[in-house]
Amino acid sequence: MSDAPLADAPTGTLMAGKRGLVMGVANDRSIAWGIARAVAAQGAEVAFTYQGEALERRVRPLAESVGSKLVLPCDVTDDASVDAAFATIKEAWGGLDFLVHAIGFANKDYLRGRYLDTPRDVFLQALDISTFSFVSVSQRAVPLMKPGGSLLTMSYLGAERVTPHYNVMGVAKAALEASVRYLAVDLGGIGIRVNAISAGPIKTLAASGIGDFRYILKWNQYNAPLKRNVTIEEVGGAGLYLLSDLSAGVTGEVHHVDSGFHVVGMKSVDAPDISTV
Amino acid sequence: MSETAEKVKKIVVEHLGVDEAKVTEDASFIDDLGADSLDTVELVMAFEEAFGVEIPDDAAEKITTVKDAIAYIDGHKS
Repeated sequence: MSDAPLADAPTGTLMAGKRGLVMGVANDRSIAWGIARAVAAQGAEVAFTYQGEALERRVRPLAESVGSKLVLPCDVTDDASVDAAFATIKEAWGGLDFLVHAIGFANKDYLRGRYLDTPRDVFLQALDISTFSFVSVSQRAVPLMKPGGSLLTMSYLGAERVTPHYNVMGVAKAALEASVRYLAVDLGGIGIRVNAISAGPIKTLAASGIGDFRYILKWNQYNAPLKRNVTIEEVGGAGLYLLSDLSAGVTGEVHHVDSGFHVVGMKSVDAPDISTV
Repeated sequence: MSETAEKVKKIVVEHLGVDEAKVTEDASFIDDLGADSLDTVELVMAFEEAFGVEIPDDAAEKITTVKDAIAYIDGHKS
C-alpha cells in the first residue's frame, strides 16, 4: 500500500447498526475506500467485493483494518458471480442497509483522442461494466433492503459536459446518472433511496488510465471555486451523508463533490495559462 | 548510495513487501521483485508524491527497474 497520509475519519454513531456493501475499492487511494472508512468510523459494518486476485491482495488488508469479515469476489460482467456475492451477504447478514457502487471500466486506448472513434465492443463493454452493473447489483440488493435503504454510485462531470479524453466513460456516466433517476422512482415507493456523487478528479488507480489526467487535475485546481482538488475523505463525508439517515429526504440526486467546479463556465481570470503540465 | 537511491529503495521495499537485499539497482520491478501491473502504477504514484516530480505516462512505461526510477527522478526533481 502507499504511504499517502489518511486523515482520521470523524467517529460517531450515525451508521450504528447499519450494514453495507462497498464495491470497487482498488487500494487506499480509491474513492470507495474514502466512503468505506467514513461509514465504518460511524459504526457501519462493511463488506467488500473485489474483482480478481491482484485487487484481492489490496482490498483484504484494508477491509481487515475496518474490522470487515466479508471480502467477496465479484465480477459484475458475470451474473453468476454477482448472484454468489449477494447470496453470501444474505446468508451472513440476512439484510442490507446500503450499497456503494464504485465500478467503471473502459478500454484505456479510447480514453484519449476522439469519442467518434469508439468501436462497438468498447462502447458495449464500458456501458456494461460502468452502467448496467449498477442496475444489476441493485436488482440483487433491493430484495435485501428495508425502507431506509440507500444505494449510491459514483459519477463525474464528464457525464454532463464534454471533458477531454473522458469520451465513452462520459457517455457511460450519463447513462448511469439517468439510471439513478429511474431507479429512484422505481424504489421510492418502498423507501429506498438512490443517489450519485459526482466527484472532482482524484488521482486514483483508475484515473491513471485517463489521458492527460494531470492536466485535468491542474485545470480543476486553478478554476474550481475552492481553488483546490478534493480528497477521498471529502467524498467519504458526502458518501456518509447520502448513506445515512441524514439524507432521508434525498433521492434521485447527483451531488457534486468537486470544489464547486461544476458551476464554472470559463477559466478563472487569475488562473495561469497551462498548455502542458 | 545517493539520497534518491536510498529513498526509492525504501519505497519499493515498503510497497512490494520485499527483502531490502533484493532491491538492487538492476532489479526489475516485475521480473525480479514480483510486482504486478497495478504495483508499477502505484509505485510511480508513490515516487511522484515522495519526490514532488511528475512522471508522465510515456515516461512511466519506461521505468522498469530501480535504476530507471532513480535516473528519472534525479533528472527531473526540482
